[in-house]
Order: sequence, then structure tokens, then C-alpha cells
Amino acid sequence: MNSLVLIAVLRSTLRQSTPITLGALSGLFCERVGVINIAIEGMMLTAAYMGYMTNVWTGNLILAVIVAVLSGGLMALLHAWLSIHFKVDQIISGTVINILAVGLTGYFYQPGTVTKGKLQSVAVPVLTDIPIIGDVFFDNGPLTYAAVVLVFAVNIILFRTRWGLRMRAVGEHPRAADTLGINVFAMRYINVVIGGMLAGLGGAYLTLEAVGSFERLMTNGRGFISLAAMIFGKWTPFGGWAAALLFGAANAVQTQIQFSGDVTIPHQFIGMLPYVLTVIVLAGFVGRARPPAAIGRPYETE
Amino acid sequence: MHRLTNIFAGRVGAGAIARTVMIPLLAVFTAIVVGSVFMLLNDYDPLAAYGGLLDGALGSKRAIARTILNSVPFVFGGLSVAFAFKGGLFNIGGEGQLFMGAVAAAWVGVAGAGLPSWLHIFISLLAGFVAGAIWGGIPGTLKAFTGAHEVITTIMFNFIGIVFAGWLVSKGGQGQKPGPLVDPDPLNIVPRTADIAESARLPLLEWGREPMHLGIVLAIVAAIVIWWLVWKTPFGFGLRMVGLNPSAARYAGVNVAGNTILTMAIAGGLAGLAGTVETLGRNYYFAPNFNVGYGFDSIAIALLGRNHPVGVVLSALLFGVMDAGSTRMQLRAHVPSEIIKVVQALILAFVAANEIIRYIYRIRREREEAAVPLSAGWGKR
Repeated sequence: MNSLVLIAVLRSTLRQSTPITLGALSGLFCERVGVINIAIEGMMLTAAYMGYMTNVWTGNLILAVIVAVLSGGLMALLHAWLSIHFKVDQIISGTVINILAVGLTGYFYQPGTVTKGKLQSVAVPVLTDIPIIGDVFFDNGPLTYAAVVLVFAVNIILFRTRWGLRMRAVGEHPRAADTLGINVFAMRYINVVIGGMLAGLGGAYLTLEAVGSFERLMTNGRGFISLAAMIFGKWTPFGGWAAALLFGAANAVQTQIQFSGDVTIPHQFIGMLPYVLTVIVLAGFVGRARPPAAIGRPYETE
Repeated sequence: MHRLTNIFAGRVGAGAIARTVMIPLLAVFTAIVVGSVFMLLNDYDPLAAYGGLLDGALGSKRAIARTILNSVPFVFGGLSVAFAFKGGLFNIGGEGQLFMGAVAAAWVGVAGAGLPSWLHIFISLLAGFVAGAIWGGIPGTLKAFTGAHEVITTIMFNFIGIVFAGWLVSKGGQGQKPGPLVDPDPLNIVPRTADIAESARLPLLEWGREPMHLGIVLAIVAAIVIWWLVWKTPFGFGLRMVGLNPSAARYAGVNVAGNTILTMAIAGGLAGLAGTVETLGRNYYFAPNFNVGYGFDSIAIALLGRNHPVGVVLSALLFGVMDAGSTRMQLRAHVPSEIIKVVQALILAFVAANEIIRYIYRIRREREEAAVPLSAGWGKR
């Protein structure tokens, strides 16, 4: 493999992993405070649509990203309201969000709309001149950088700040957290909404940085893959990122092989690779995942 | 859900029955009203829309037949998810299991030409069930022995199954061989299997001149069998026990690992049958663009039916009505058919958060029941 191909595959890996990384962080914020989030898919889809339409109407990409993030947060607020206030089973309320997102984005979808542009790559001066590494890591779109920065930031928030300690306390033992004066409901609401905003950023990546247009159902399972990546990464930011990179890499390799043509292995088998690999790694090496102890249970004050 | 079972055991009075049926009905009604508001805001005519929906779904004998046929795979899919939930497992893998069932049924349906019809249908159904059961059973086995989370593995098996089934019927080209099950007829340019033999097709029931195949009977039988299995057998008792508390079940002597594998295999088999009845009763071949989305609708149907076979059959019918009527609705009122998804999401939300419904209609709160989260099995076993 020559270095040009290598660079292409690595770049593609990072880019394909970006929405999954953000989705995994989204799930992490919700689940660390004890709220299951199977609605990453729906939040991402809504945000992808809203970001796109804002771009269509205003042509302002920064505004479009903000609207996408906020609409992801809004869907998450609905998830939080149903599952925290009404104590609806979190899987049901997640399913509600997913169906609602498909319905709303399909209902309001306008075929044939076009935008003036999408987010362009920004080369980091100096660093981009490093061979290979520079091309791979320092010549990307802003949301790709954001995803990587957020992985580090979330890790610090979760394990090095008071806020993170409170999040984990609420997710592990809400009663004890409550006794210590932590507002369990507020912590859950806020963090679920933050989670939704992260999923929203993932959606923004799809329509504002990756392709620049919207299609019905365009998230195409990425939200569910994100959920898998988060669990695969054992509810940690770096674990989730590593899993997301694995998916990204397998997709990148598959695309590259299909592109180079004349391969006798059915390309479908190469396409299956990331999924098969995940199952093998999960079953063989990762073993039993331990979620936050209070996951799935609505909190009731006494 | 024990309230519904109590009703069937005749242990509660008419008031409780009214309340059990009342809230879902009011939820459906309220969701329809909210849907209308949506349509009015966008200058669509909701009366024309819902009129079209009802007309398209129930307006004629043919429409009713289509509605019922649409509901059949929903029943199987909903039962699959509900059955797994009862055992504390979340089967998101319906889509992949359905594809595997459909392609296996099509394979046997083509390859078994010449068999007597009853036998051919039987082994085709069996093939679809087994293929789905394998596709659900592998995640179950991995869960039981390695702890690999079924939510991830079933999601992965969705992708793997759909791609694998696609490869089986692919046309090849560019140095690639055609898939082993693709229709050998060179005139057929789409990637799909050959038509299944006449002998494998589900017999049509006498219902005027409308097409109505045996699948509806199979669906009802499946619902009864699942009810019996869950509530009337020692296996079902163990299953529910594992669903409520795996540690206690293990302590009480339930074989949790075996139970997990069997639960996922049966759930997978049910989803496989959803694909099988579509193949043997309606399409008569398998193509990879087959029924995308059924796996996820199944989750909603199971939840709406509160994981009880009777509830699942009723909510599958409701989804069948909406599915069958949406085209007419779009034609008649020019409303994008996706409004149906919005209404479905609202119904599910209102049923689940029935406080909203009780608040709107001033219905008194019943005695508290201990809610068991469906997600009790989220990673722990």
C-alpha cells in the first residue's frame, strides 16, 4: 500500500468515525446519569434535517450548526421529560423519539432544495506539513476537530471535575447522591439535553460537513452504531472513540477495496467486516460490560 | 401487563376493563387530534386525510384484506420483541432475523419444487423460523457465555444479515461471482431469487375474491402459542423470572444461560416468520429491498401492546390500518404519508405517559402498580 492510499484510508477513517464518536459521547452523557438513550438515531436525524434546512434558508453555516445542536437538545428534552418527569420506560421514550424523528423529518422534507455550500476543511498551519500525520489529522473540517477535542474534554469532565463526579453518583446511586444534596432530577435533565446536543452535532456533521444535503433516513443506523460503540467502549469517552474509529476504519478499508476494483472476494463480505469484528471483539475480549448501576430506573423521591 | 392477564382470568370487574381499554383508545384519539392540528398548521385538510386513511384501510373488502395482510408480519415482529422483553432481553435484531427468515424460506420454496404442497409449505416455514432462530440464537449464546451485550450484537447481526442476504441474491460482475441463490434466468435483471414453486405458496383463504392467505391464521396461532409458552409452561415461568430478576432466578435454580439462548432463538424465529409469511404468502420471491423498517416498527408494536400477545395483535392491526391507508391518505389530501409516523409516535408516547391522557380527560389515578423496567436486563445477567 503506498502512502497516498494509506493517507486516503486514514483520512476516511477519521471522517467516517466522526458522527459515531459524537453519538457515542451523546449516549455517554445520558447513560452516565442513568438514562438509557436508544434515541441517538432520532436526535441525529432531526438535527441533520434542521441544520440542513437552516443552511438552505439562511446560507449561514455557523447558524445552521447551532440550530442542529439545539434541535438535538430539544429532542433530548422530550426524551428527558417523558422518562424523568412521567417516568416512562426509557426504552419506550427512546423509541418514541426515533419514530417521531423519522415522521417529522419525512413530513417536512422538501425534495429538490439546494444549499450554497458546506463546511470546508481547515488546515492547521505548520502541523499540516508533518508527513502523513499532518495530512490525516490537521487538514479536516471543523466538526471533525470538534469531535476529537470533545472526546478529551468529556473525559476530563467525567473523571476530573465535580460535575462529572456528580454525574457518576447520580448514575450509580441516585439515592445516595440525593442525600448528599445533589439534585438528581436536574442532573438528569441537564445531562440528557447535553447528550442530545452532542448527537445534534453528529447530525450537523452529516448534512453540513460530510455531504451537504439531506435525504430521508440518512442517518442510516449510525445512531445505533454509536450506541454499540458506547457500550463497546464500556461507557468511557476513549473507549467509545476507539470503537468509533474501528467502525470508521473498516468502512474506509471497504470503500478503498471496492474502489480499487477487481477483487474476487464479494465486496459484501468486506462490508460485513466491521460488524463481524465488533461481535468477535465483544465476545472474545471485552467481556461483560457493566453499565451505570441505576440505568433504566426512574428516580423517585421518598 | 398483569392487568390484562387478570382480565383474561376473569379476576377483575368491568371497571378495570374499561380503564385498560380506555387509556389506549383515548391515546389514539388524542394522537389523531394532535396530528390534525399539525396538518391544519400546514394547510392540509385533516378530515380528507383521515377519511382517505380509513377508506384506504377499511373502505372495501379489498382494503380490509390488505390491512389484515399488512398486519401479519407486524404480529410476528411484535411478538418477537415482546417475547424477548418478557425474558429481560432487548431484541433490536428483528430486521436481520426477518431478512434471514425470508431468504431461507425463498431458498426452500424454490429448491423444494416437486414436494407435496403441505410438506413443502411446512419445511419452508420451518426453514424461515430456523434461519431467524439462528440469527437470534447466536446473540443469545454470546450473551449467555461471554456476556456480549445483546443490544450491540443484534444490531450488528442486522447489518450482517441484510448484507449477507443481499450477497446471496447478488448479480455479480466486475470480477465478482453471482450469489448462490440469484435467479438464473438471464432475462431477470434485478437481484432476487427465482419465484418460489406453486407448492410452497401459502393457500389463499376463501374470502370473496380478495387475496387473503393463510398467514393470518398462522399469526393468531403464533400469538396463542406465545401466550401459552410464557404464562402456562415451566419454561415461561423461568423466562419471566429471569426477566424480572436474573440473580434471583439463578438462585432459584433456573438455568439462566440456557433460558437466554432459547429466548433469543424463539424471538429470532418469530421475526424470521415475519419475513417467511411475506415471502410465501405475498411476494413469492426474495429481493434485498424487502420491507425495510419492519424490525423497528416491531419494537413500537410490542411496546404499544404492552408485551402481551393480545396487545401485540391489536397494535399490529392498528399499524396495519395506518400502513394500508397511508397511500390513499397521501393521494386524497396530499399530506406526506410520514404524518402517520408522527401519529404513531404520539400514540406510543400517550400510552406510555398515560398521566398526560389522564390529565386531559380527568381520569382518576388507579392504584399504583410496581413497574418493572423493560430495560432491567441492560447489561446485567
